[in-house]
Amino acid sequence: MGTLVEEIFSRKAGKLVRAGEIMLLDVDYIMSHDNTSPLAIKAFREIGKPIMDTNKIVIHFDHAYPAPNLMAAEAQKRIVDFMKEQNITQFYHQGICHQVLIEEGYIQPGRVLIGGDSHSNTYGAFGAFGTGLGSTEIGVAWSTGKAWFRVPETILININGKAKPGVFAKDVMLYIAGIMGMDGATYKSVEFAGSYIDALPMHERIIFPNMSTEIGAKCGLIAPDEKMVQFLETETKARGSFEMIKPVDPKYEKIIEIDVTNIGPQVACHPDVDHVQALEQVQGLPIDEVFIGTCTNGRYEDLEIAAQILKGKKVSAFTRTIITPASVQIYDKAMKNGLIQIFHDAGCTIGVVGCGACIGRHGGLLGPGERAFTTMNRNFIGRMGSPQAEIYLGSPAAAAATAIAGKITDPRIYLEA
Amino acid sequence: MSKAWKFEDNLNTDEIIPARYNITIIPSELAKNVFCEIKPDYAKTVQPGDVIVGGQNFGCGSSREHAPIAIKGSGAKCIIASSYARIFFRNAINIGLPILECPQAVADIKEGDDIEVNLASGEISNRTSGHTYQAQPLPDFVLKIADAGGIINFLKEHDIQDLLA
Repeated sequence: MGTLVEEIFSRKAGKLVRAGEIMLLDVDYIMSHDNTSPLAIKAFREIGKPIMDTNKIVIHFDHAYPAPNLMAAEAQKRIVDFMKEQNITQFYHQGICHQVLIEEGYIQPGRVLIGGDSHSNTYGAFGAFGTGLGSTEIGVAWSTGKAWFRVPETILININGKAKPGVFAKDVMLYIAGIMGMDGATYKSVEFAGSYIDALPMHERIIFPNMSTEIGAKCGLIAPDEKMVQFLETETKARGSFEMIKPVDPKYEKIIEIDVTNIGPQVACHPDVDHVQALEQVQGLPIDEVFIGTCTNGRYEDLEIAAQILKGKKVSAFTRTIITPASVQIYDKAMKNGLIQIFHDAGCTIGVVGCGACIGRHGGLLGPGERAFTTMNRNFIGRMGSPQAEIYLGSPAAAAATAIAGKITDPRIYLEA
Repeated sequence: MSKAWKFEDNLNTDEIIPARYNITIIPSELAKNVFCEIKPDYAKTVQPGDVIVGGQNFGCGSSREHAPIAIKGSGAKCIIASSYARIFFRNAINIGLPILECPQAVADIKEGDDIEVNLASGEISNRTSGHTYQAQPLPDFVLKIADAGGIINFLKEHDIQDLLA
């Protein structure tokens, strides 16, 4: 009974729970990465109790791996020493944590996962509860296997209609961020539903829970369906029978209706993710760097649409264009299908798999006065390097079109037959 | 008296403490630079028991725990705000910094007002204006964490189940 989050929590707790209740939940997996593990180790050591279950712990190196400087190298060595000491074997370093967790089969409907990373909301695309927590709580969960939660109220975003060619899930999500604002769903669970979501392939659905973080949400959820099951069985290592959780007689705090029919390509403009405009409004703005990648838009299909646009063309001479596959699995497929060759021929640079330029710590930094167009999920001032740089966010297709012209460009000129 | 220090809506973690000072996690060290760019006199003149009053979406921005640690380290008794950014809310509770939500009190309180807060009942009295407000009382488990001085200290003495016992 209840909304998706109430359903997941109730099954986990073995009793009916409702929004507003505070509870301790057993978590299935506790994720942290090279950036957030050091403080978690410190908290864990201060508590002074043993690890509750090492099988719950998953550690990723993705934010700056291999280490680009001495400080990162020292931090990563401390984490490796800790993993050896504690016999933690679920360790990954070949892609962005959220993508690798999906590929490796950790993400399944009904599971509860916490991550020392704000985009842990991503897992909701598979009907799993995922949320980002501070490092102290990661350390607490290592030693207790639990985390406390206030069961959140739910906002339903009902998305219907058929998007026009050249308009992607990213555009729709940016449009939603523009309407709702950065604190539009603070503390809340956001459910994404409607005929538009039903029709989307999984790599596009993932955008919505992933970017629910940008509107302040505790989690973003999509109910599992056959399409999701098929994806898990063919694209990931997840096997077995999945809990097909559905909202049952849910009570929503608010319902927001979105019709995508008339939405065009969108851009989140410097300096806020909710400063969203139709791409036409910022068309022609000169761009120094294009970056395609991240846990939002670094998947195979994102690279594929970029390659479709870049094939046989050259990127603008003074617009460095960086393409970073979100995982090695994606990189391999892109290589096999000739995408990497297309990017090389077009004058792009392929980044090391991982978070890459998104956090300004692993290549592709922006200098003062530079402006980037990226497929990232946020554009905080200073995120990619200089606080005097500007970051604009859009779809992979818009990013590819922009790279060719060296200025913000509508991708539909390449996509409409 | 407990003085109110008033801040704007959408106060972000960089305004609470700029990232360049996050090279330590010692509360008293962080407290030296808390609010240094937006309220430079705060760190020098704040008295133990003073109250931070913010607007909406208090503590937005990064998930770093340095921000609530710096405020707690400065000796402030609690924060009263209209609403909090999600991860700041959790981080504050987990490091043992009490936080109250009360938009009505926020609208009334001005910088320098004399404020009395009862954390257990959620009652906020503005002695300067003479008005009293009722915030949602802090749940028991939050008070337990605050009393222990943070969740880490709580777990040194207790099982996590004791939080909700």
